[in-house]
Amino acid sequence: MATETLSISKALNIGLRRALENDPKVVIMGEDVGKLGGVFRVTDGLQKDFGDQRVIDTPLAESGIIGTAVGLAIRGYRPVCEIQFDGFVYPAYDQIVSQVAKMHYRSGGKLRIPLVIRIPFGGGIGAVEHHSESPEAYFSHTPGLKVVSCANPQDAYVMIQQAIASDDPIVFLEPKRRYWEKGPVDLDAPIADAYPLHASRVVRPGTDATVLAYGPMVRTCLEAATAAAEDGRELEVIDLRSISPLDLGMVYESVRRTGRAVVVHEAPSNVGVGAEIAARITEECFYSLEAPVLRVTGFDTPYPAARVEEEYLPDLDRVLDAVDRSFGW
Amino acid sequence: MAKGDPGVSTRSRRAAPRSRKATGADPDLVQLLTPEGERIDSVTGPDGTVYRADLTDDEYRSLYRDLVLVRKLDAEATALQRQGELGLWASLLGQEAAQVGSGRALRTQDMAFPTYREHGVLYCRGIDPIMPFGLFRGVDQGGWDPNEFKFNMYTIVIGAQTLHATGYAMGITMDGRMGGDDGEAVIAYFGDGATSQGDVNEAFVWASVFNAPMVFFCQNNQYAISEPLERQTRVPLYQRAAGFGFPGVRVDGNDVLASYAVTRTALDNARHGQGPSLIEAYTYRMGAHTTSDDPTRYRIASEVEAWQAKDPIARMKAFLTKQQIVDADFFAEVDEQARSESLHLRERVLAMPDPQPVTMFDNVYPNGSPLLDEQRAKFNRYMESFEGSAH
Repeated sequence: MATETLSISKALNIGLRRALENDPKVVIMGEDVGKLGGVFRVTDGLQKDFGDQRVIDTPLAESGIIGTAVGLAIRGYRPVCEIQFDGFVYPAYDQIVSQVAKMHYRSGGKLRIPLVIRIPFGGGIGAVEHHSESPEAYFSHTPGLKVVSCANPQDAYVMIQQAIASDDPIVFLEPKRRYWEKGPVDLDAPIADAYPLHASRVVRPGTDATVLAYGPMVRTCLEAATAAAEDGRELEVIDLRSISPLDLGMVYESVRRTGRAVVVHEAPSNVGVGAEIAARITEECFYSLEAPVLRVTGFDTPYPAARVEEEYLPDLDRVLDAVDRSFGW
Repeated sequence: MAKGDPGVSTRSRRAAPRSRKATGADPDLVQLLTPEGERIDSVTGPDGTVYRADLTDDEYRSLYRDLVLVRKLDAEATALQRQGELGLWASLLGQEAAQVGSGRALRTQDMAFPTYREHGVLYCRGIDPIMPFGLFRGVDQGGWDPNEFKFNMYTIVIGAQTLHATGYAMGITMDGRMGGDDGEAVIAYFGDGATSQGDVNEAFVWASVFNAPMVFFCQNNQYAISEPLERQTRVPLYQRAAGFGFPGVRVDGNDVLASYAVTRTALDNARHGQGPSLIEAYTYRMGAHTTSDDPTRYRIASEVEAWQAKDPIARMKAFLTKQQIVDADFFAEVDEQARSESLHLRERVLAMPDPQPVTMFDNVYPNGSPLLDEQRAKFNRYMESFEGSAH
C-alpha cells in the first residue's frame, strides 16, 4: 500500500493528475494554472505533462472561464475550473447560478454539465481583501449545484477525483490556509470503493457534545476537542464534507446521544449554513436537545483587515466557549 | 443539393445583375438584394471579401418559402399569447431574413447557440417548430438536448450563450474537427443590447485568443426593449471586432441573400481554421420586444414605416416576380402551406398537457439529492392529504 505523507495541495495535485490520466475528456482551465502551476501550486507540473489543450491558461475573466467551460461540457468535456481566490468568483456568479446550475433542469434531464469549480476559500493567511472569503452559502442556496469541502490530504486526494467523476456540477472548496498541512494519503485505494463524496464523517468520537464543521474549521474543532478532553469533556467532531446536500443522518444520531450541538464555520452567521443546520437539527432532534444549537462563525462584517482576522475567525477558545455556553444552558 | 439547403455551387443566370463595392449611402452594408427586389451580383465587403449568392431558382423559391413560413408561425404564436395560451412570446417579426439567411447558411455539422428569438433559425435547422412552445407556454423550461438538434436551448440571460458557444467551438479545435469542408463551426446569436454585456466581450476575447471556429451573429434590431442602439454604442457594432482582432462585417439583415452569403462565408472561414468573425445583421424589430412590451411608448410610427419599406419578404417576392422565377400559383401555394402549418402548430400547442406538479422535483441533479427526495416525499404526502386527491 503506497501511503505517503502529503500536503493538501500536493494531494489535490495528484488527484487532478489521476483524473487527467483516467479520462481524456477532463480539462483544467483557469488563470495561471499552466506554467505557474496555480498561485497555490495545486496544478503544478500538469500542463507540462498533459499539454496546453488540457491544462489551459485562460484570459483573466471569471465569467469567461465558467461560460466557456459550459460550452465545453455541452461538447462532452469535463472541465475543472480554478477560480483563483474566493473573492474573485463573483464575476462568474451568473454563469454558475443561472447557467451551470440550471441547464440539466432546463433540458429536462437531457443535458449534463459535469463541471467542477475549484475555489480556495477562507481566511487565516494574512491576505489583502477579497482573498479570505467563505462564499459557500451563496452556492449551497442554489438548486442544481452541489458544494463540498475537504479538510485533510486523504479527502483532498479522493474527493477531487470523485467530484470530477460526478455528473453533477460541483463547487469544490479548498481550505486555503490548510493547503500546506500534511497527512497520510493512500494513493492506491480504488476511488470507486472510497467513502462517498456527499457524506459526513465522525472524525473524533465523543459523548458530551457534537461539534460540526467543514473545510478549514475541522482542524480547529479537533484541537478544541483535544483541549476539552483535558477538562474531562468528550466532544464528538463531525466533518460535514458535503455542504450541499448536507448529510445529517449521523449528525442527528450524534445529537440524540449528546443532546448538544455546536456548528462552526468561518463564513458570517446571518442566513448561513449554520442556520440551516441548526434548524434541521431542531426539527429532527427537538426532544433530545439539552440546549439550543449554537453557532460559532465569522462576524457579519466584510472580511476584516488581516491584522484582526485572528479575532474574526473562530478558534479553539471560541469553540470551547460555545461548548461551555451549551452546558450552561 | 437538398431542397431547402441553398448553396453556391449551382447558379441561375437569368438576369445580368450589377456588381459593386459596398460604397455610397450605406458604405458598410453588404446587400445583395435591394428593397426593390433588384439582385446585386457581388459585393465587396470592408476587408475585401467578395460576397455573392447566385443560387438556383429552387433555392430562391425555398428561401422565400422559409421567410413566409417563419413569419406566419410567429404570428400564430403571438395570437396564441393574446388568447392566453402562451405566457409570453418573443416575436421575430422583421428579422426573418437575418434568421433564415444565417440559418440556411449553417451546414449539418454546425452548432447554433440561439437567444430566445431565433425561431426562424430553429425552423431552418429542420427542428419541429413546436419545440420552443413548451418554454413559452410554461409546461417546461426549454427541454431539448442541444446535441441532438445541433441547436442549443434558448438562453434568456442576455449574452450568456456567447460564452457557451465559444467554449463549444474551443472543443471543436480540441477534438481536431476543424479544417476541411466537413469541419465544424459554431454560430452564436445575440442582439445589439447584448454587445454591452461583459459575457459577450469576454466571448470575443476568448474566441480571438483561442482562434475558435465560430461566427458571432449579432442581429442589430435597433432596440434593447425600449433602449435605442445609441444607448449601447457610439461605433457601428461590426467595428467592435477589429479591437478584438478578428473581422467584422455589416450585412443588410433584411436581405436574405446577403445574410446567407455573408454567414456561409464566415462559417466556412471558421471551419477552415481562419478563426472567428463578427456579423452585424442590420435589421429592425417590427413588433414589440415581447408580447409584454408596448413599443409605442418609445418609438414613432414614421420610423416603423420607413423600415416597413425594407421588408424582407416583400423584396424577395418582388425579385421572384420580376425574374419570373415563379409560376402564377406559387405565392398562393406558399400562403396556403403557411396557413396549414400554423393551424397544425396551433392545434398541437393547445394539446400540450400541463406537467404533473411533482415533476418539478425531477432533473435538478443527474445523481439526485437526498434533500430533494425528502421534499418530494413530503410534497406527495401533502397532496395526498386532500380529499379526493388524484395523487
